[in-house]
Amino acid sequence: MTQGAIEIENLSKEYPYGFLNLKKKMSLEGLTMRVEDGEVFGFLGPNGAGKSTTIKLLMRLIFPSAGTARILGKSIDDVSMHGSIGYLPEQPYFYDYLTAHEMLDYFARFHGLTANDRSARVAVMLKKVGLDTAKKIQLRKYSKGMLQRVGLAQAILHDPQVVVLDEPMSGLDPLGRREVRDIILELKREGRTVLFSTHVLSDAEMLCDRVGVIVGGKLRGMGAPGELLDMKAQGMEILFELSGVPGNLPLLTKATRTGERYRAQLPETELYEALDALKAASARILLVTQIKPTLEEYFMHLVEADRAQASAVEVSGK
Amino acid sequence: MNHRAIHGTILGAALLAGFVGVWKLQEKVDTERTTLQMENDELALRSPAVMKRLSLEYAPLMGAIYWTRAVQYFGGKHQAHEQNLDQLWPILDIATTLDPNLIVAYHFGATFLSDAPPRGAGEPDQAVMLLERGIKANPEHWRFYQDLGNVYYFDKKDYLKASQAFEAGGRLPGTPAFMKIMAAKIAAEGESLETSFALWMDLYQTATNKDVRKNAEDHLRLVKMEMELRALNQIADAYERKTKQRATRISDLAQAGLLSGQPLDPEGSPYVLGHLGRAEPNPKSPLREEWMKEKKR
Amino acid sequence: MRNVQTVAANTFREAVRDRVLYNLVFFALLMMGAAILVGQISIGIERDVIVSLGLTAISVIGIFIAIFLGVALVSREMDKRTLYALLAKPVKRWEFLLGKFFGLVMTLTVNTAAMAAGLYIALWSVNHALLKSDTYVLVAVYLILLKLALIVALALLFSCFTTPFLAILFTAGMYVAGLLAGDLRTVHGVELDPGTLRLMRGISYLLPNFENFNVMGAVVHGRGVSAAIAWQATLYAILYIAIVLMGAAVVFSRRNLK
Repeated sequence: MTQGAIEIENLSKEYPYGFLNLKKKMSLEGLTMRVEDGEVFGFLGPNGAGKSTTIKLLMRLIFPSAGTARILGKSIDDVSMHGSIGYLPEQPYFYDYLTAHEMLDYFARFHGLTANDRSARVAVMLKKVGLDTAKKIQLRKYSKGMLQRVGLAQAILHDPQVVVLDEPMSGLDPLGRREVRDIILELKREGRTVLFSTHVLSDAEMLCDRVGVIVGGKLRGMGAPGELLDMKAQGMEILFELSGVPGNLPLLTKATRTGERYRAQLPETELYEALDALKAASARILLVTQIKPTLEEYFMHLVEADRAQASAVEVSGK
Repeated sequence: MNHRAIHGTILGAALLAGFVGVWKLQEKVDTERTTLQMENDELALRSPAVMKRLSLEYAPLMGAIYWTRAVQYFGGKHQAHEQNLDQLWPILDIATTLDPNLIVAYHFGATFLSDAPPRGAGEPDQAVMLLERGIKANPEHWRFYQDLGNVYYFDKKDYLKASQAFEAGGRLPGTPAFMKIMAAKIAAEGESLETSFALWMDLYQTATNKDVRKNAEDHLRLVKMEMELRALNQIADAYERKTKQRATRISDLAQAGLLSGQPLDPEGSPYVLGHLGRAEPNPKSPLREEWMKEKKR
Repeated sequence: MRNVQTVAANTFREAVRDRVLYNLVFFALLMMGAAILVGQISIGIERDVIVSLGLTAISVIGIFIAIFLGVALVSREMDKRTLYALLAKPVKRWEFLLGKFFGLVMTLTVNTAAMAAGLYIALWSVNHALLKSDTYVLVAVYLILLKLALIVALALLFSCFTTPFLAILFTAGMYVAGLLAGDLRTVHGVELDPGTLRLMRGISYLLPNFENFNVMGAVVHGRGVSAAIAWQATLYAILYIAIVLMGAAVVFSRRNLK
């Protein structure tokens, strides 16, 4: 069997809490999975599901209660392995008294680059994340999106083979999300392994070779996003403008109105009929989209399926 | 083999070795710093008023701390057999300014500021100053009058003032008859061994501070010895009247049937007859040195 | 070692950009005011007043910086999670801690040296000359610096396992306890049973004896300080700091970051 880029075996984390830390809460239970070399792996789950815990365990920011993990064949206890991995923390925050240039230079020093190499690498990175015009500004003046980009730059600064990104798209505007997506795709083209966590389904669908879904500290499903997340569309949504006095369109009874704009939901089968009616009423159609279940709904569905299975087993056992 | 256990053992051993090293080194440092310590006795702040302001609302606590320092200072000097107690006044001055109700500090000061070296600082005037301040701040505390009387009586040899102090104290409510008796006795006789004995005895029985009590005990021993010497001299005088010549040794008195056996001083050394056939403590007695000093005063 | 150096340099940069060195302005004003005032009073102990005030200010300001900066610069990295990205680099946790320590000591050294220079300027302006005894002031400043390094180590240790507020409290408490440690050994005038006395003696040796670094009393009055005092204090500081940092490294390497 070939060696995966990241191999996780039975990894668990208990958090003590409450009075004198006497109570324990499992935030990760027996996680076993692999991320193959060169693949982009999406870690999906609602907030607090254990994605960040897993990533922090891999980065040895916290220590497992049980289990082991290897990255590039080396135990995560081995610090030298960190020379070939990059990490972007969730909602990254960096030394705000440094400029982007100084911060990247500071981090580059830990990778043993010579002064010339450092300045060359830092310049390339700043350009790559689109910050070369802002490199002389202290990070305290950076917006959230800019911080995210600096964070990305420091994660890939040293040409790592494995890149781990914790919620890389959160808090970004659409343009920013797109830039991050482009960077991830570029990393994939360059043959690197990328593990990133997100709670946004579309991000995972667009980028990942495979995804793992984690809920309540347990891995609930793993596979290509198509097979895992191909949920039936639950209907369509139309956004349209209608000026003047509306006629008696049947659609209007289902629509919510904001000024001259209307938003209506309807089953897919009625879509064309409705569009024809709107056309006849000379409405301006702005947007037609598929309504997909939110990730939370998907997770709820997973949990319920689990429960149903459990009770079925119970019944058959009797 | 358990990697972590080995790690832990090595670390534990290193920490232990480190602390042993620190301990040994500290002993060296302590000896080296004694040279510095002696020069270091001075108070950083000599002004009670400034001290009080700096203490904010915590003056009583600071007063207590200074009082502790006074005891430490005195104890330290005592242990080192040093006689120079010139810091005692500033420390007590600050302690009682910070907390004017620090009764024990006045008592302590009355004894050890006033008593002659090596027991005290030999500064009865400072003791009087301190006690007068104590009386002003705590007018109901009649024992300060007793202390004041003692200072006048023992160290300033001013029997009029001593008698007045006892009398003033005696007028306060709740005072024992002892105060009035002492006032009358001192007014009539000035200094007498019996009065001294009574004063020290009362202090010995009532003192709450152990240094003060110990000091009274030592004085009692000396006064008792003086009384015994006086009795021996009377016997020697009787011997001289009888034999027309002065006895030169204690055994002469015993042989003449005036004394049964060899009398011993409170420390257990036999008394001797010295110059001019006067009774005195044995040259080997630990009490002799202080007795000689007492004589000179 | 290169990693330690890198963290140390950055820590120094952080302290400077945090405007820590601004306290020097306060010190300069204090010394200037004192020099002028003392010149006016002229009671024969101008030099003593300048030296004692200067050394006290160097010590007090230094202690404040050592405690607050020592605690703040480590706990801030954990609170704001700036540490996360750093620890994902090939850096061991003890390297980070040691780097912080040396960076803070570097900051305090620069700060203390600047204050010492200010003190000498004030001395010169009062006496219009520097005496031979004034060289001992430098010894006193050196010992203060050793003391500050030890305080920083303690601050790092405490901030490794507790909240910043408690860490500040513990460090300050340890300093005061350490100052009084010597008295625990030489109690006079109190009667205690031998067991308690032995325990007190033991504790007094284990606490950091901060009195070891105090030669102010002698230096203020222009008296000399033996070389032995200086090198023993140096050895003591190095040994104690090593112990404390080792403890801190052990605690910190096992700590789960939130």
